[in-house]
Amino acid sequence: MIDAIGRRSISAIEALGRFGHFLMDMVRGLRDVGIWARLVVGQMRRIGVDSLPVALFIAAFTGVVLALQASYTFTGAVPLYFVGTLVGKTMMLELGPVLTGLALAGRVGASMAAELGTMKVTEQVDALETLAYDPQSYLVVPRVLAATIMFPVIVAFAIAVGIVTGWLTSLGLLDLSTPDFIKGLKLFYVFKDVWFGLLKSASFGLTIALVGCIVGLGTRGGAEGVGRSTTRTVVFSAILILVLDAFWAVVLL
Amino acid sequence: MIEFQDLYKAFDGNPVLQGLSLKVRDGETVIIIGYSGSGKSVALKHIVGLLHPDAGDVIVDGHAVSTLDRDGLTALRQGIGYVFQFAALFDSMTVSENLALGLRRRGLGDDEIEERIREALALVDLSGTGDRMPAELSGGMRKRVGIARAIALRPRYILYDEPTTGLDPVTSAVIDRLMVRTREHLGVSGVVVTHDMRSAYTVGDRIAMLYEGRIRQVGSVAEIQETEDPVVRQFIEGRPE
Repeated sequence: MIDAIGRRSISAIEALGRFGHFLMDMVRGLRDVGIWARLVVGQMRRIGVDSLPVALFIAAFTGVVLALQASYTFTGAVPLYFVGTLVGKTMMLELGPVLTGLALAGRVGASMAAELGTMKVTEQVDALETLAYDPQSYLVVPRVLAATIMFPVIVAFAIAVGIVTGWLTSLGLLDLSTPDFIKGLKLFYVFKDVWFGLLKSASFGLTIALVGCIVGLGTRGGAEGVGRSTTRTVVFSAILILVLDAFWAVVLL
Repeated sequence: MIEFQDLYKAFDGNPVLQGLSLKVRDGETVIIIGYSGSGKSVALKHIVGLLHPDAGDVIVDGHAVSTLDRDGLTALRQGIGYVFQFAALFDSMTVSENLALGLRRRGLGDDEIEERIREALALVDLSGTGDRMPAELSGGMRKRVGIARAIALRPRYILYDEPTTGLDPVTSAVIDRLMVRTREHLGVSGVVVTHDMRSAYTVGDRIAMLYEGRIRQVGSVAEIQETEDPVVRQFIEGRPE
């Protein structure tokens, strides 16, 4: 028992050490601007533009459900224009960033882990090093920067779409007028609602990309190892998103 | 010159290299032979700093590889071409892009990069394949592209990791001829890791046998063919006992 706890503790400390080492290497990789600068745009397109449909799809249906559930909850007790308040606040502060983050942990994080893992087990990462490229500058920095920059952009679109579908649902199914919906939306609105959600989503992007890169580049053992890394990335990213979500709520709200 | 100095390396407590010492002189091709899992590829990876030794070091042109910082390693790697066992081509890039990647890192202009790619592909008899993806090539062609990627850099040294493993005898002979041609045309030193004895006799100036983590015997092709060492004899004759 004590032996097992000791082994796990040592393994956790080693993992923490590897993470610190990886971060230091990544910061050093930032020096090679000439290498990563021309790769960031391509990654931004892959992470951002290509992820937009899935993020907007989720946001659209979330907006519909939020409006209907708010109306169901408020019936007879709270004025119906509060539907706008609930849809706006919830999309901006919580569901926009978190649902998009969880969906993209599957899409972006898994894709990074699978791609880098395959490169690792087929010696493409070693080949890159022998061609005098630092894998951190060539593979990690562009992905981490692109995810950190693009996640807030995707989430901003997702929030907008969620609010629009919430508004359309209110108009079509709840007999709520546009002025009333907007009145509710503006009620209690503060600019912090927006930047809080976007800051959170940037931290999710950073986390998902880091986990995808660290786990992907640590892959061992062929196709099975790549599969393991992909699953691990999705699980770790989802856990970290929920932990970060609580962290930001405690620190900033 | 490349010199292995009393190199030790273990993985998860299992010793692989146990005092490997060997010199590769300028202009010569040294073949490292040995059983599968004897540490040949591990030794090769130490030359370019892909692995860090537990003890000892590899000295390349007077520089101890394990002591080099990031910039020092980059400079070292710019003088070395590495041909991987399974070619390790970047599968999301065309053949030309695979060759161009290392050249771009060396700061060459577009015209010179294009010229070097054309030359290197011609040398490996693959002219006209520049726009193809690695997945569209056969195993032998991929290995030749791997060699072209190394040649295009015009390195001082080329390291070959099992260049003929898994190929049919004719394609193996083509690769052997290519390695000889590369040495003759470019005058580069080479280290070839293989257990293909026909390839070793064709390509090597000297042959070194790695056994139990250290060099069991090193000598010219003739010396190895005439050896009386039972372990080396058994290996080169491919006798089960």
